[in-house]
Amino acid sequence: MGELIQLASFGLTEGDVFSALGRVKVRDVDYADLYFESCVSESVSMEESLVKRATKNVSQGVGVRATAGEKTGFAYSDELTKKDLELAADTARYIANSPSGAQAVSVPVRQRPTRDLYPVERAQAEVATADRVSLLNAIDAEARRYDPRIKNVMASFNTEYKVVVVATSDGTLIGDVQPLSRLQVTCIAEENGQRQAGSFGGGGRVGFEFYHEGDRHLRFAREAAREAILNLSAVDAPAGVMPVVLGGGWPGILLHEAIGHGLEADFNRKKTSAFSNLLGKRVASDICTIVDDGTLPGRRGSLNMDDEGTPTGRTVLIEDGILRGYITDKLNARLMGIPLTGNGRRESYQSVVLPRMTNTFMLAGTSDPEEIIRSVDRGLYAVSFGGGQVDITNGKFVFSASEAYLIEGGKVTRPVKGATLIGSGPEILTKVSMVGHDLKLDEGIGTCGKDGQSVPVGVGLPTIRIDEITVGGTQR
Amino acid sequence: MNQAIQQRDGYSQLAMDLLAKAKRDGATEADIIIADGETFSVQVRLGAVDRLTKAREKHLGLRVFVGKRSASTSTSDFSADSLNQLVAETCILAKAVVGDPVSGLPAADQMAGERPDLDLYDSTRLNTEQQIDLAKRVEAAAMSSDERVTNSEGGDFDSSSGRVVLGNSHGFLGEYQSSSFSMAASPVATDPETGAMQRDSWYAVQRKFAKLDSPEAVGLEAARRTVRKLGARKVATQRAPVIFDAEMAGSLMGNLCSAVSGYSLYKGASFLAGQLDKPLAPEYVTVYDDGRVVGGLGSRPFDGEGLPTRRTTVVERGVLKSYLLDTYSGRKLGMASTGNASRSVGENPSVGPTNFYLAPGTKTAQEIIKTVKQGLYVTDLIGFGINMVTGDYSRGAAGFWIEGGELAYPVEEITIAGNLKEMFAGIEMIGNDLVFRGRIASPTIKIGEMTIAGS
Repeated sequence: MGELIQLASFGLTEGDVFSALGRVKVRDVDYADLYFESCVSESVSMEESLVKRATKNVSQGVGVRATAGEKTGFAYSDELTKKDLELAADTARYIANSPSGAQAVSVPVRQRPTRDLYPVERAQAEVATADRVSLLNAIDAEARRYDPRIKNVMASFNTEYKVVVVATSDGTLIGDVQPLSRLQVTCIAEENGQRQAGSFGGGGRVGFEFYHEGDRHLRFAREAAREAILNLSAVDAPAGVMPVVLGGGWPGILLHEAIGHGLEADFNRKKTSAFSNLLGKRVASDICTIVDDGTLPGRRGSLNMDDEGTPTGRTVLIEDGILRGYITDKLNARLMGIPLTGNGRRESYQSVVLPRMTNTFMLAGTSDPEEIIRSVDRGLYAVSFGGGQVDITNGKFVFSASEAYLIEGGKVTRPVKGATLIGSGPEILTKVSMVGHDLKLDEGIGTCGKDGQSVPVGVGLPTIRIDEITVGGTQR
Repeated sequence: MNQAIQQRDGYSQLAMDLLAKAKRDGATEADIIIADGETFSVQVRLGAVDRLTKAREKHLGLRVFVGKRSASTSTSDFSADSLNQLVAETCILAKAVVGDPVSGLPAADQMAGERPDLDLYDSTRLNTEQQIDLAKRVEAAAMSSDERVTNSEGGDFDSSSGRVVLGNSHGFLGEYQSSSFSMAASPVATDPETGAMQRDSWYAVQRKFAKLDSPEAVGLEAARRTVRKLGARKVATQRAPVIFDAEMAGSLMGNLCSAVSGYSLYKGASFLAGQLDKPLAPEYVTVYDDGRVVGGLGSRPFDGEGLPTRRTTVVERGVLKSYLLDTYSGRKLGMASTGNASRSVGENPSVGPTNFYLAPGTKTAQEIIKTVKQGLYVTDLIGFGINMVTGDYSRGAAGFWIEGGELAYPVEEITIAGNLKEMFAGIEMIGNDLVFRGRIASPTIKIGEMTIAGS
């Protein structure tokens, strides 16, 4: 939860922090910050009906950053002595071409985040390993009960408990405690020598009780088993351009890949994004409104504050089809002269801040989901996906279906094997002709990679119809 | 120097002390890995420094066994109190999980004895200015070679060095140092007529600084790869031969490497389960994993459990001859470890490649392209559309359309699909252009036919 600073847990005083900040914020440095992080992550995993692996990792360190114009100087250290802080400060300010001339920084005001989106206290860290073990055992039993063709069940439960303190040269000293957990289930089904896998999972910035609410963990187990069994009877996917109906929730990965990355401010400042210069222009049909919202309680992509201490917010990216805004961190907002949106994120103290998404989703429309399916004569209905990827510069993106069906004569018929869908980011949403009233957010499994950094994110989507997209199957 | 030696000896001593402490806390067996290193990274963009990063880091990973039960932990906090607490907690954690009949350290008599010097370390130290200059040169070379190169995602130079100390309760104690130097350029080109942009990149990576390609050569290649993508279009949906350039063929070797990993196999999560000694590909296909290539990017004297690395023939004349195994996955399959335990600090060992590669053939890439009347030459793949359980393969692709044995025009926004088993069986030609730019490498590969989805 949003707590009032925890500097003492890093063995430091405010004086140490101000002094390091003063040392890095030399004359030609526009902005400097220190990011202290301590993170405990734990995992238990099961396979072959045995919970046989447990891990626990502890890391702690500080990242020191200075920016001057477009330049960023960055150093990090896993030692937190005053001397190490000074050494890191000296390295970070190297880019400012002014080896001395320390400047007075405005004394930061101690703050706490104004929101508390994940009030779970230390619950996860204190959950006994035995309770996590029984959670996984219950999943194994449920998945095997679902169908005797389930031959193996793999499940893992991961938790992370992160304490951060951010001190900035523009006068902020703020801390947050960021819990995160995820339960993941994969089932292998086998029949007549054919094997197939199915996966399901979820989580968020939630307490352990989340997984038992409405027997959520057992539903995850059944969903993973169902997908594996379903795929046993899947036929080859079609190849070529066709209409595609995306189900609600996780298929929102479309938005993340097709437009989200392209709207991150850094690529647009550098004019290397296919969306550069499209602000105010039409990039989607007028029934599409898309937002990035870091303020949803308990969500995997949510944060009380971003990793620069800025409160997260709700940013309208596309409104009625028109491109309205980029998501920004301090560096890019300043250089571009556009609003700061609270999207400055980093994987850890070892990585630099980049503009990143939080929870990205399309608002609900007015169509009945069943009517959307009925509108398609021959096409694909895709309800679950694996990963996706995008080339920011030419805008081409892919995402890969892991559960999909043929639509024939307005009806969902046979399941098809996984296939990659490929399209062009600035064009694809102009082909959205129907948006359902059934907006769903994903279950909380998304991890986004950029520049080698992984951060947790969320996505969401109502059922939508895309009039044409290339489906990468094998059948003509 | 003296300090460095002292610290190194310090880590060996620390490893022994913690192993002894683990035994006192109830562990029957244990192993420990300590890694530390320095990294430097600079990115320049349009001739000015964009980002400069410098750090030292260290990490310690502990794995204990209490009978057949096991847990792993790690920390970056090396204070005595914290480490003692870690050892105690790890033993408690191990007691909380279920015993696994095949768990445990490798047998004591299997541990790596001789530790060859694989020449993995270069003591060359470049100062900050020298590294910035190299990054500037690689970007400048990319920017200046063609006027259609209009923008840049940057020029990069990175250097790192570090060492690994591994010890276990059999009394094994091993250590090695390694280093790496790399540079890359990522130019953006603009089509003068349509304004459409393309980006690509090129890179070089070596353990020895002196062996790196010149920044000018790397930058020039990055520009060539970027500019040639301008004007890319879709092609019609069809079945056709597909040539994977060396980089993309390397990704297919990566897929093979995952499929022969012991962990995927014993879980039934690989399409190659039960395929040992069966034909996988034509008889001119031979694949090795060789942990002892001198100066190799994937080389190491011993693996993540302290077993000797070696050369394993994975595919011999088209027949799948060996999986890649560590002790645990080997025991699950009733086989011996192949010395492929990969250990990232804080994780249980898993299986990873050392230097994994397809043995080269005799034809140049040009000669292979000449054999295709109508087909695709793939230079980019995106997405994760591979089902390792079934081998089903569907990925986004870009490259060039081949007409009459020549690269006719660039293509994009298409997918290629098939099944990895059929793709390996369908390898028709192998190039002579094997170059290691990572742990996994391949020469150019031609596959007889795949489904291309486009317009």
